Amino acid sequence: MTDATNTQGETIATSTQRDLGLKKRYSKERRFQALGITAIILGVLFLVMLFLSIVTKGYSAFQQTKIHLDLYLNAELIDPSGNRDISTIQMPIRYNKVLERAVSKAVGLDPNDKATRKQQRVAKSLLSKGASVDLRDLVVENPDLIGTRIDYWALADGDIDSFVKGQIPRDIPETQRLVKDAQIAYIDQLVEDGAMEKQFNTNLFVNGPSSRPESAGIAVAVMGSIFMMLIVLVLALPIGVAASIYLEEFAPKNRWTDLIEVNINNLAAVPSIVFGLLGLAVFINFAGLPRSASLVGGLVLTLMTLPTIIIATRSALKAVPPSIREAALGVGASKTQAIFHHVLPLATPGILTGTIIGLAQALGETAPLLMIGMVAFIKDFPTTPLDPATALPVQIYMWSGEAQRAFTERTSAAILILLAFLALMNISAVLLRRRFERRW
Amino acid sequence: MSPLWLLVAIIVFALVGAVLGRNRAVSCVNGNIATLHSRPGYYGSYVLIWTALPAIFYMVAILVAQPFYNSSVIDTELRTGYTQSCDLSLARIEGDADAETPAICEDKEQYETLDTRRALMRSVVESVAIGVSLLDEDTAAKLHNGLVAVRPTLKSVGVALAEDVPGAVVDAANRLNEVNATGNMVLIAGVVLLVILGFVLSYLRVKPRLRARNLVESNIKVALVLASSIAILTTVGIVLSMLFEAIHFFSQVHPFNFFFGTEWDPRFTSAGREGGGEGSFGLIPLLWGTLYISFVALLVAVPIGMFAAIYMAEYANNSVRAIAKPLLEILAGIPTIVYGFFALVTVGPFLHDAGAAIGLNISATSVLTAGFVMGIMLIPFISSLSDDIITAVPQSLRDGSLGLGATKSETIKKVILPAALPGIVGSVLLAASRAIGETMIVVMAAGIAANLTANPFEAVTTVTVKIVSQLTGDLEFNSPQTLVAFALGITLFVITLGLNIFALHIVRKYREQYD
Repeated sequence: MTDATNTQGETIATSTQRDLGLKKRYSKERRFQALGITAIILGVLFLVMLFLSIVTKGYSAFQQTKIHLDLYLNAELIDPSGNRDISTIQMPIRYNKVLERAVSKAVGLDPNDKATRKQQRVAKSLLSKGASVDLRDLVVENPDLIGTRIDYWALADGDIDSFVKGQIPRDIPETQRLVKDAQIAYIDQLVEDGAMEKQFNTNLFVNGPSSRPESAGIAVAVMGSIFMMLIVLVLALPIGVAASIYLEEFAPKNRWTDLIEVNINNLAAVPSIVFGLLGLAVFINFAGLPRSASLVGGLVLTLMTLPTIIIATRSALKAVPPSIREAALGVGASKTQAIFHHVLPLATPGILTGTIIGLAQALGETAPLLMIGMVAFIKDFPTTPLDPATALPVQIYMWSGEAQRAFTERTSAAILILLAFLALMNISAVLLRRRFERRW
Repeated sequence: MSPLWLLVAIIVFALVGAVLGRNRAVSCVNGNIATLHSRPGYYGSYVLIWTALPAIFYMVAILVAQPFYNSSVIDTELRTGYTQSCDLSLARIEGDADAETPAICEDKEQYETLDTRRALMRSVVESVAIGVSLLDEDTAAKLHNGLVAVRPTLKSVGVALAEDVPGAVVDAANRLNEVNATGNMVLIAGVVLLVILGFVLSYLRVKPRLRARNLVESNIKVALVLASSIAILTTVGIVLSMLFEAIHFFSQVHPFNFFFGTEWDPRFTSAGREGGGEGSFGLIPLLWGTLYISFVALLVAVPIGMFAAIYMAEYANNSVRAIAKPLLEILAGIPTIVYGFFALVTVGPFLHDAGAAIGLNISATSVLTAGFVMGIMLIPFISSLSDDIITAVPQSLRDGSLGLGATKSETIKKVILPAALPGIVGSVLLAASRAIGETMIVVMAAGIAANLTANPFEAVTTVTVKIVSQLTGDLEFNSPQTLVAFALGITLFVITLGLNIFALHIVRKYREQYD
């Protein structure tokens, strides 16, 4: 445009000259717009790729290959003494033999034939090593089953499961394949007989972690996450609301409140791992709380969530018009009454929305939990917040380090479950806002 | 009685007191509550506060103080016990020049010189104390007199000990049980006294003229102030705890070697071994990796985020905006662990294969992988902040430029962006601080080898990765290998805090221009 002022008064551009420039400028305009559209499309494309990659990897984990066995719970093998002594019948090793015989029969071998020992061993390898534990649990629960014949779906081994789902291709050389030709022959036979099929994977939802992918589940981790979310809710919501009420309604404008305000804004941007270090140094080393406990995790996440809740609550309080306060004060309410009886109820939808979003953030947080020792193989369900626990994102992190193909699939499935929780929380926050938000 | 039940009892009693207080206020005026100074509920709350709060404060104080007192009791008891037994054994071998130092004296020596040993013995005493309290009286007396062996006796009640313990420990455990019992007595007696005292005094003060509302409200206000200072306390806690541990670290490793060292090789020694290999703790390679990955991330996020923001603010109609904006913001709501997994199983292998196809050797965990995925994560941070800032540029500036004949893109490039520049810089800085502090993506996708390399296809490591790897697994809190995590943490904190303050400063300064 500076050129224009220079040439002014000398010559007047002819219409062709002017149009020439115009064309160029318009095409520039189009290019610029196209860049904008490309940027948005790229952003959305990344999002779609992310979801596609996880869904395609994870959906198959909701099914698990099982083998149908006609199981004779031989009393001589399980309970030779015959007095149903719990310490005898609860040994998983006693069920190995039972399963071995049943699976041999299922593929058409005679369990008593010593000549087919090798084939029998191959048939046995189709079963998960955890199958005997599962059967044990079933029998310990109903000891009357001993000596009877039952229809039983036994877990297939993790690699066999991956093969049946088509994740281990058939056409690579046997030496590089995890599933051998002999096993494939039996698998085909069982599938044809209808004795091997994919069923809904309940283990994923009710089991704790396991080194065997086929019996690994997220239940213990979910339990830890629930404990932590409860702690965050119980602590962060009242403290956050109280702090916001003070800052928004009572605080005089002075250096101290300025400092608090700057502080809260900065805390919202402090890397989460720093909160983990704080938790380690203060709650575990100084206060002596137990490592890996969901209480410590909950406290750390509370400190992380507070700024989010405070910022949301303050804007919700700010949105309530001053006329409400003035009317309450006018009829003789004290300031505290005006706030707690009138302003706060009107701000509740905004506060709850902020709280849910804060909780959703806390639910997906991993890094600080690694610092306080929640990354551990914990098989027992935590019953109190002081028990060792893990959390759902930490479980995802641990599974993502496992090499087996079946674990990748389960990691993706766990991510899908985590994302489903998050989506649920965020959608409810949006709905809450839509339903109750008032414009003044 | 466990503290939790004590707390419940206090609260129940206080609630009963509240009802009584309220009723007294009402009956004082014969049900004509208009003559009361405050509404009846406030009299109840007044009694409740005075009944419950002093007792709860007392309880918390005792519970906090007790562990410290206990450990000092254990310490004195063990010291005297060790000294006595050591003196005894020394007296027994007196004159025998060939005799070795008795084992008990070595124990004593260790106990007095090693912190870790003291902590270990403290926990042993505590578990013995629990075991002793489970024993029946007869066995406990036998144990006290040294008539039965400690370890098997305690095992019979379910307390497993790693090694047999000297008599001093049993004495200390007995003493600890006594102290605990006394402590419990003091706790319960004090609580009962305070509850009754608080109730009676406040109940008697309930009169129609008592300004109960004002008294209750001043208490509420104190609670509000306390809640808002938690933010400050958190910051103070972060700074102090990390500073404390970092100073500990710098007493073992010179700050110069940390901040300017170019080699990272902490050499983990197994926990418990004293001394061990002196590692080198150079910050530079970690910082380089952090900044390099952040740079790559911004290289991805800034153009995409900026152009998306410009398009949404200036070109898009409402329906496009209503779809595109929330879609991009979903990216901000996805947990970083998900991005890390995406990088690990999808982007890493993809880049590796793509690189192999054109003859490049891209390792699966590389600067490029981590930076690219982190860039995706940062897109919404840049786009929503920039969107807000571009929308905040006054319409008159646009109208002026368009009226002079500029095209829309010329208006954006020459008028709007310069006007919005400080805000945009602020948003980029905020995104940079996110990138620097990001942990899970780099833990899973950047690698763990501390390389000082400019090749984006190689693995590097970052400050956050090293904090995680130094602090997971078996820990020993006195070794520089562990303490370095806190030095790294405070470095990270200072860098991100500086960036945040700078960014907020810029954003705020900009906003004032058009208000």
